[in-house]
Amino acid sequence: MTEHATDQPTAPEDQVQQTQFNIDTVVNAAATPDTELPWAELGLKENEYHRIVQILGRRPTAAELAMYSVMWSEHCSYKSSKVHLRQFGEKVTDQMKKDLMVGIGENAGVTNLGDGWAVTFKIESHNHPSYVEPYQGAATGIGGIVRDIISMGARPVAVMDPLRFGDIDHPDTKRVLPGVVSGIGGYGNSLGLPNIGGEVVFDAVYQQNPLVNALAVGVLKHEDLRLANASGVGNKVVLFGARTGGDGIGGASVLASESFDDTKPSKRPAVQVGDPFAEKVLIECCLELFHNELVEGIQDLGAAGISCATSELASNGEGGMHVELTNVLLRDPTLTPGEILMSESQERMMAVVTPENVEAFEAVMGKWGVEYSWLGEVTDTGRLIIEWDGATIVDVDPRTVAHDGPVYERPYHRPAWQDQLQADTFRTSEAGQSLPASAEELGEALMELMSSANMADVSWITDQYDRFVGGNTALSQPDDAGVIRVDEETGLGVGLATDCNGRYAYLDPYAGAQLALAEAYRNVATAGAVPMAVSDCLNFGSPEDPEIMWQFAEAVRGLAEGCQALGIPVTGGNVSLYNQTAGRAIHPTPVVGVLGRFDDVARRTPSGFQRWADGQAIYLLGTTHDELDGSEFARLRGHLGGTPPRVDLVAEKTLGEILINASRDGMIDAAHDLSEGGLAAGLAEMSLRFGVGSRTALDALCERDGVDPFTALFSESQARALVALPRSEELRFTDMTTARGFPALRLGVVDAVSGGIEVSGPFHGGSFGIGLDELKEAWSSTIPARFGSGPHLEAIIDGD
Amino acid sequence: MTTTPTETPLIGDFTAAPTAQPLDGARIGVVTFPGTLDDRDAARAVRLGGGTPVPLWHADQSLHGVDAVILPGGFSYGDYLRAGAIARFAPVMETVVKEAGADAASSSPLPVLGICNGFQVLTEAHLLPGSMIKNDHLKFICKDQVLRVENTETTWTAQFTADELITVPMKNQEGQYVISAEELEAIEAEGRVVFRYVGENPNGSRNHIAGVTNERGNVVGLMPHPEHAVEAGYGPDDATGVREGTDGLTIFTSVVSSLAGGNQ
Repeated sequence: MTEHATDQPTAPEDQVQQTQFNIDTVVNAAATPDTELPWAELGLKENEYHRIVQILGRRPTAAELAMYSVMWSEHCSYKSSKVHLRQFGEKVTDQMKKDLMVGIGENAGVTNLGDGWAVTFKIESHNHPSYVEPYQGAATGIGGIVRDIISMGARPVAVMDPLRFGDIDHPDTKRVLPGVVSGIGGYGNSLGLPNIGGEVVFDAVYQQNPLVNALAVGVLKHEDLRLANASGVGNKVVLFGARTGGDGIGGASVLASESFDDTKPSKRPAVQVGDPFAEKVLIECCLELFHNELVEGIQDLGAAGISCATSELASNGEGGMHVELTNVLLRDPTLTPGEILMSESQERMMAVVTPENVEAFEAVMGKWGVEYSWLGEVTDTGRLIIEWDGATIVDVDPRTVAHDGPVYERPYHRPAWQDQLQADTFRTSEAGQSLPASAEELGEALMELMSSANMADVSWITDQYDRFVGGNTALSQPDDAGVIRVDEETGLGVGLATDCNGRYAYLDPYAGAQLALAEAYRNVATAGAVPMAVSDCLNFGSPEDPEIMWQFAEAVRGLAEGCQALGIPVTGGNVSLYNQTAGRAIHPTPVVGVLGRFDDVARRTPSGFQRWADGQAIYLLGTTHDELDGSEFARLRGHLGGTPPRVDLVAEKTLGEILINASRDGMIDAAHDLSEGGLAAGLAEMSLRFGVGSRTALDALCERDGVDPFTALFSESQARALVALPRSEELRFTDMTTARGFPALRLGVVDAVSGGIEVSGPFHGGSFGIGLDELKEAWSSTIPARFGSGPHLEAIIDGD
Repeated sequence: MTTTPTETPLIGDFTAAPTAQPLDGARIGVVTFPGTLDDRDAARAVRLGGGTPVPLWHADQSLHGVDAVILPGGFSYGDYLRAGAIARFAPVMETVVKEAGADAASSSPLPVLGICNGFQVLTEAHLLPGSMIKNDHLKFICKDQVLRVENTETTWTAQFTADELITVPMKNQEGQYVISAEELEAIEAEGRVVFRYVGENPNGSRNHIAGVTNERGNVVGLMPHPEHAVEAGYGPDDATGVREGTDGLTIFTSVVSSLAGGNQ
């Protein structure tokens, strides 16, 4: 399954390859201007190729063409999205920047946590590879995002995985999901990083375009911060970690930047293969390098491999670098220079080291058994020169490769069908007629909701991830946020949540992006953390379709303006376009991750009623409107239309403050945000967490908010949460909500004795009850019933 | 006291963490192999148990005068061949086998605890009987697991009460304990099963076995992770709330107190 460097011949024997192919040198390129180059096969458009010729004043060499093609790909250059993403840097206030130590543009943003600590986090996609080869695609997605975190000088401390799959009953989902899950587990578990949360969504729109996003978070002391630049003329450039092989060639340019199409050959070779052991050793090795201050600049090798690392390091530093490419250690001695430059072999890093530190650097490599080779040095020529056995094969201004790629103002327009979609509301649709109204019908609807694919228990998935390693996990799935302690002395820590409802974003991309932000913000605050920073993973269809481009533009505008309203900056993220197959695009899916800060993670609020909490009061915070469009209940009835729940970021902020204060002051013992599935799902989930029931009444809610019992239970109005608190805290709590002018309504009490959920209200029959055993059985059997046979054999690695 | 290892691995740089009061200076070594994951957790558990953790490095034969050794969980050398199969040949293991094994001359052989991958290493090194194969369901599994402590005579379990039920996290993919019928009969008869899974067998282990000891009771291996259940707020869920379980701590207080009481 994986290759080991140690299985390969030693370096000198590798390098007999030079005679096996003709080397296209710069001299040769100048002398043969009419040579046809395969720019189209490498994913470049004609205008882009002409631009390269214009920049160089001659045709590119084969190696230069390889570099430009990967670095100018959509995946690496953000050429379609750049003009929109600027808003994340522009729509910010000084207040938002106050804790931002490193913003967008570096490998990952860095936020000041206080006490000399900083935190860095980022979400990335590995969607296309995970469809082609689920295990390796997902595994290397974890590997890549973790290396981004290391290259900032941080110790990675946790991962999360927002996942979206096709219909739960589609046969291909049975291929993709188990492979993805065991890939994430197989790689992440081997790195010693707890998996503290994520999302699992099933929807036919993700058929053939599953979304495998991965978030990693790392912590560092301020003085350990490292950036990717090659400074100091005469400093040495070193490549270390795994050897360079033929895997992942063209991954960024060909795979991640195009739609799938049945007419093309299999893209399997474009998927990278991971070796988590090599990455684990690389993490420890890098941390020791940082600790001993042995590197000046560092860059991980991900998409576009050596092309990216050399051009980015050079252009961020003194502007020049000289590299001898035959020094690269190879797994496959037949690779051409262009392939070596494009290879996306995993578990590699490039660093810049002063001549004085070379010996100490080599000692650290020796201790951890990591292979390395010195490739060249930093120059002040302003040129990136790459030689092959002394002959120059690349001579470029590194900025033109790394930063001056094409930028497109892609045309976009609101789809003609958008108005019609929004006019088709759930209430006016056929699906919205004869809704549950009696006690029996409402109870049945709740059972149906909780056993449906998107509300069901995901522990079949999360039980395959290590959530304990490190000993600092204070909360993980299924609580609202993942919580990690950063400082063992003080309890300083972070809470993280990722969210997105693609159905909302499809109905209204601007609002949908803000709703994703609002939910992640709410989840973090519900756990008790003060939201500080945002990372996004923007998953969309083809930017060449003006209607998709409109979805993208609207979502980015919505997210940027939402962040401004909430006062938290976007610190980094990732764009994944071309998530479409045969012309059918996914729902716009702007996954938003929010990171919050705890003074002391011991104050975190769990999401379920505690076993000892019998008789505690249950309060509903916020207002319930008639908002069923795009809801989980509408999904049960096969309907998607209308407009998503209204966004009220002022209310979200106030709700957040209430939840954070209540947690800090120890007023509440459980809190859970209301989102998909509304109050019904909230009540069920709070009871399922520890198997503790509740008795609630809807009468006052229906009267106050002017809604019927069905709407009270299943509407997905935003800025709402449920809390449970001891009776002794009720007065203090309601005084706080009253002072802030925020609606709070006592719904009922925790019942640790009955073993059931009882809901009464103004409906026929007066009340319904559901036994927790019966509910749990239905809720927890949905996913194992489909995937219980376990992962595919090829996906299995040796165990912990 | 001996000096600290010259090649202190950063990963085992336990000095950065808060210090506890060591009980009579019980020094417990925690071995780091490349690919070890739970060494920091094991060191924390030693500290919370009242001992002083001492980082040990796989390539260093010296045990630096420690009073006991823990082989923590993880994937030593990647475990691509077979879990623990390469680690058993590490220089540090030569000394561990010499000082803890049946041939150890001392009347009080070195106490050794192998957790998860450490258990796998101990079986590979023939310090403990049996071996581990993939879980019967073929998946990695991470869950809060109830165990029954059936042998309270070992250095590592002396402070448990007989048949005490404890909850500690388990997480492994290669945790199915297998052993020949004769050996199984023998270890059962000799009371060498230290921990047994309670409830549904989580991985197909023979006789629900979660942990065993050697004939002298100084070497114990178990698949679940007591070092993840030593600090309220970060352990398994229990009746008092989310992640409050600390049942694993008794393993570490047991060894610290037995060292303080006798072997010093």
